[in-house]
Amino acid sequence: MSLELRAVTKSFGALIANDHIDLKVGDGEIHAILGENGAGKSTLMNVVYGLLQPDAGEILVDGEEIKISGPADALAAGIGMVHQHFMLIPVFTVAENIVLGHEKTNKFGILELSKAKEEIRRVSAEFNFDVDPDSLVETLPVGIQQRVEIIRALIYDAKVLILDEPTAVLTPQETDELLRNMKILRDKGTSIVFITHKLREVQEAADKITVIRRGKVVGNPLVTASQEELASLMVGRPVALDVYKKAITPGPVALSVKNLNVHDITGRRLVKNVTFDVHEGEILAVAGVQGNGQSELAKAIVGLEEFIDGSIVLDGKDITTWSVHDTLYSGIAYVPEDREHDGLISSFSIAENLILDTFDTPPYAKGPVMSPTIVAREAEVRVKEFDVRLQSVQDSAASLSGGNKQKVVLARELSRPVKLVVASQPTRGLDVGSIEFVHQRIISERDSGKAVLIFSTELDEVTDLADRIAVMYRGEIIAMVAATTSREDLGLLMAGVHPEGTRS
Amino acid sequence: MKFFRKAVSTIALPGLAFLSALFVSGLLIAFSDPKVLKLAHSPFKFIGGAFAAAGKAYLALFEGAIFDPNLAHPNFFDGFYPLSETLVAASPLILTGLSVALAFRAGLFNIGAQGQFIFGAIGASVVGFKTTMPVGIHVIAAIVTAMVFAGLWGGFVGLLKAKTGAHEVIVTIMLNYVASYFLLWLLSTTPFLRKGRQDPIAPPVKESARLPHLAGPNLRVNLGIIIALAAAAGVWWLLNRSTWGFRFRAVGANAAAARTAGISVPLVTTLVMAIAGALAGLGGAVQILGSEYALTAGAGGTFGFDAITVALLGRANPIGTVFAALLFGGLRAGGLTMQANTDTPIDLILVIQALVVLFIAAPALVKAVFRIKQLKVGSGVVSKGWNG
Ligand SMILES: Nc1ncnc2c1ncn2[C@@H]1O[C@H](COP(=O)(O)OP(=O)(O)O)[C@@H](O)[C@H]1O
Ligand SMILES: [Mg+2]
Repeated sequence: MSLELRAVTKSFGALIANDHIDLKVGDGEIHAILGENGAGKSTLMNVVYGLLQPDAGEILVDGEEIKISGPADALAAGIGMVHQHFMLIPVFTVAENIVLGHEKTNKFGILELSKAKEEIRRVSAEFNFDVDPDSLVETLPVGIQQRVEIIRALIYDAKVLILDEPTAVLTPQETDELLRNMKILRDKGTSIVFITHKLREVQEAADKITVIRRGKVVGNPLVTASQEELASLMVGRPVALDVYKKAITPGPVALSVKNLNVHDITGRRLVKNVTFDVHEGEILAVAGVQGNGQSELAKAIVGLEEFIDGSIVLDGKDITTWSVHDTLYSGIAYVPEDREHDGLISSFSIAENLILDTFDTPPYAKGPVMSPTIVAREAEVRVKEFDVRLQSVQDSAASLSGGNKQKVVLARELSRPVKLVVASQPTRGLDVGSIEFVHQRIISERDSGKAVLIFSTELDEVTDLADRIAVMYRGEIIAMVAATTSREDLGLLMAGVHPEGTRS
Repeated sequence: MKFFRKAVSTIALPGLAFLSALFVSGLLIAFSDPKVLKLAHSPFKFIGGAFAAAGKAYLALFEGAIFDPNLAHPNFFDGFYPLSETLVAASPLILTGLSVALAFRAGLFNIGAQGQFIFGAIGASVVGFKTTMPVGIHVIAAIVTAMVFAGLWGGFVGLLKAKTGAHEVIVTIMLNYVASYFLLWLLSTTPFLRKGRQDPIAPPVKESARLPHLAGPNLRVNLGIIIALAAAAGVWWLLNRSTWGFRFRAVGANAAAARTAGISVPLVTTLVMAIAGALAGLGGAVQILGSEYALTAGAGGTFGFDAITVALLGRANPIGTVFAALLFGGLRAGGLTMQANTDTPIDLILVIQALVVLFIAAPALVKAVFRIKQLKVGSGVVSKGWNG
C-alpha cells in the first residue's frame, strides 16, 4: 500500500507546524522522516492518523484521496501508528490493551479474549516478538511495550505503520532489535514511516529519507548520504558531529564517593559498594545498560535516595546525609534523567521553571517576597544564552519541544555557582542540533574547571565526552577504563564481560 | 486586553454553569407548582405560567439576597438588609473555601475544613466567654486562638501524611467526626453550660470579643466580611507572590520535580494543611464572633462541606472562591425569603447548588449546550486533589 501527502498544512496559532508538506511512501519501504525536535514530524503524523485535522492539503492512499477524521478512519484505511509516548494502560494485560476499544463479549456479556490472544500469539511468533498476551503491561520493559503497540497496529491490519521516534526510549540492544524487526516487517510488505533524529538509525534502516526543518520539507537525500550531510540538512547549518575537546590537566579531587550502597524501600541493594573520585576539570562518564544502578547512584549523590550508606564527600564536606536542598546549594548542578517528570513542572511557566531551585534566593526573592518582573527579566537572559526556542517565557513548559526542555533544565542548573555537574542521560531523546549544544556546554563546564559526572547509556556519548569511563553492571562499578577504550570492549563490559586487559 | 480575555475565560464557565443551573431549576419550579400543572391543557398558558412561577421564585430569591423594596421605607438603606445577610452568610464560607482552595493548589484535598471550622469556633468561643480583656485585644485574642486550634488540627493531618503517607482525605473525613462529637461532649461539660439552659449552648461571647457591625445595629453585616476579603487577598499573595506559595504550587503541580529541585515535600504538606486549618478556623471565629455569638451543637453548619463546592466553583483561585462564596451566601440568604414568599421550598436552593456543581464538573456539558469550542477548562482541580 502506498501513502501520499500533498501540500499538507497545519498551524497552531501563529506557528506553522507543517507548511505544504509533500510526502510519498511507497509500497513495502521504510521511509525515514528526519528532523530536529519541533520540526513538525509528530504533528504531520498526527494529521495522517486523524488526531489532528489539517488546515489544507490532501491525503491519498493507493492514489485515492481519503478523508481521515479520526484514528478509526486511519485504521480502516490501513494506517497504524505507534506514538512517541505509548498509549497503554499499565494495569491491563497485553491482550486487554490490544482489544481496548474493539472488545468482543460472549453471550453472557463477558469479555472474550481467547481469539485476541490467539492472534497476538500468531503475530508475535511470526515476527519473533516474544510477547505473552497474559503479562501485565506495567511489568514489561519499554522495548516489549513498544512491541505490544506494534502488534496492536498489525492485528488491526495496518499496511502502513507509523513509528514516532520509536528508538528514543530504547537501549542500544533494543534499538538494534527494533531495526531488525522493521526490516522483517518491510520484507513482508508493510510500509513503515520511521520518524527519528538519529542519523545512524536512518543510515542503517531507511530505504528513502525525507528531511523536515521548521515545518518544511528541505530535501530527500539518498541513503548513501554521510551523517554530516544529513545533520546539516536537518539543522540548516554545518554541524560538527565530532566533539572537539582540548586536553586539560585535571585538578584536585572534587567529589569522592566511598563504599556507597543504595537500597530501595524493599531492601534490595541497587548500588553495591561503589567507590570513585571525580577531579576538577575532568569528565567522568558512567556507562551502563539502563537499569544497572546508574539512576540510583546519580540520585544518591544529590540526596534523593533515602536508604544509603557509605560516604559522599564534595570539596572536603561530607554531604552523605544532606537534604537535596543542601546538596544543590553546596555546589551541585543536577540534570535529572527524566526531565519531563523530575526536571520540569510542565504546568509552570518557562520563567518559573528556570528558577525551580533558586526561587528563594536574590535577585528572585527578597525574604519571602518574590519579584515576577525580575524572574521574567532573568528568564529572557537565560533563554537567549541557551538558545531556547519559544514564543514567550510566560508560556508553560509543556509547550516546549524535548530539546528546548532540556535547554531549560541546563540553563537553570548551569547558571548557579557549582563545583560539580551531575547529568543523567543528558541528551536522551534529543536531536542532533540540541545534542551538539548540550555536549559543548558540558565540555565548557569542564574546561572552566568544574568536575563533571555523566551517566549515559549511549556509547557514542560516553566515548565523545569522557576523560575517564566507569562501567556499571548490576549495581557495581566493574571497570574504570580510559576514554580511548574501544566501543566493542565497552559493549562487552556493559554486558558484564571483562575483555582481555581491561580488568582494573 | 490580554487580562480582559483571561478574565472572560475564567468567568465564562462558572457563569454559564450557573445560568444552566438556574434554567433547569426553573423547570423544576414550574413542574412542581400545582397551579402551573393545571394549565397543562394549553401549551401557551402552560409556558406562560411556568415563566411566571419561575420568575416569581427568582424574584423572591433576589429580594432575599440583595435588596428588598418592602423593607426600604421609611429608611431606604434598610432595604439592603438581605445583602447584609448574604455577606454574613458568605464570610465564613469565603474562609473555608480559601482553606480548601489553598490545599487544592498544593495537591491536597482538604475534606477537613468542617472539623477545622468547628475547632476554630470552639477556640473563639472559649476565649470570648471565658476571659476578660480590653476591647480590641479580646477579639484579636479570640481570633488568634481559633486559628491556632484549627491550624494544629489541620497541621496534624499534614504531619500524618508527611510522616506516614496516610491519605489526607481519609484522615480528614474521620477527624470531622471527631470534631463534631468532641463539640457535643464539650457542650455537656460544666464550663460550657449556660446558666438556666438545658440544651447544648455555651455562654454568649462578651461584647468586647464581638466583631463590630459595619452598617449600624440593624444590619448584621460585620467586620467578618472584611477579614474574609483580606484573607483572600492574603492567600492570593501567598500563592502568587511569595516563595512559600511557589513551593506550595510546585508540590501541587509536580511533587517529583519539586523534590528534585530541593523543595521539602513533607514540610510543604504539613504547612499547607496547617494554614488551610487556620483559614477554616478563622471562618469558625468569624461565625461565632460576628453573628452567632454562642457555640452550639450545630455551630459547624455545613460550612466546611460547602467549602469544597465553593473552592471548585472558584477553580481553586482565591478571587474565584470569593465570588463563589458570595453566590452561595446569596442563595442561602435568598432561599429563606423564597420559601416564605412563594410555594418553592428552600430545598430548591440545594438543587441549584448541586446543579451548578454538576455543570462545573462536567464542562463538556456546558460546552455542548452553548456550542463553545475554545473555552478553557480547569478540570484539573478535582483530579489533582487526589494525586498527592
Ligand atoms: N497542540 C499543539 N499546540 C500548539 N503548538 C503545538 C502543538 N503540538 C505541537 N506544537 C508545536 O508545533 C511544532 C512541531 O511540533 P512536533 O510536531 O511535536 O515536532 P517534532 O515531532 O518534529 O519534534 C513545535 O514547535 C510544537 O511546539
Ligand atoms: Mg515528536
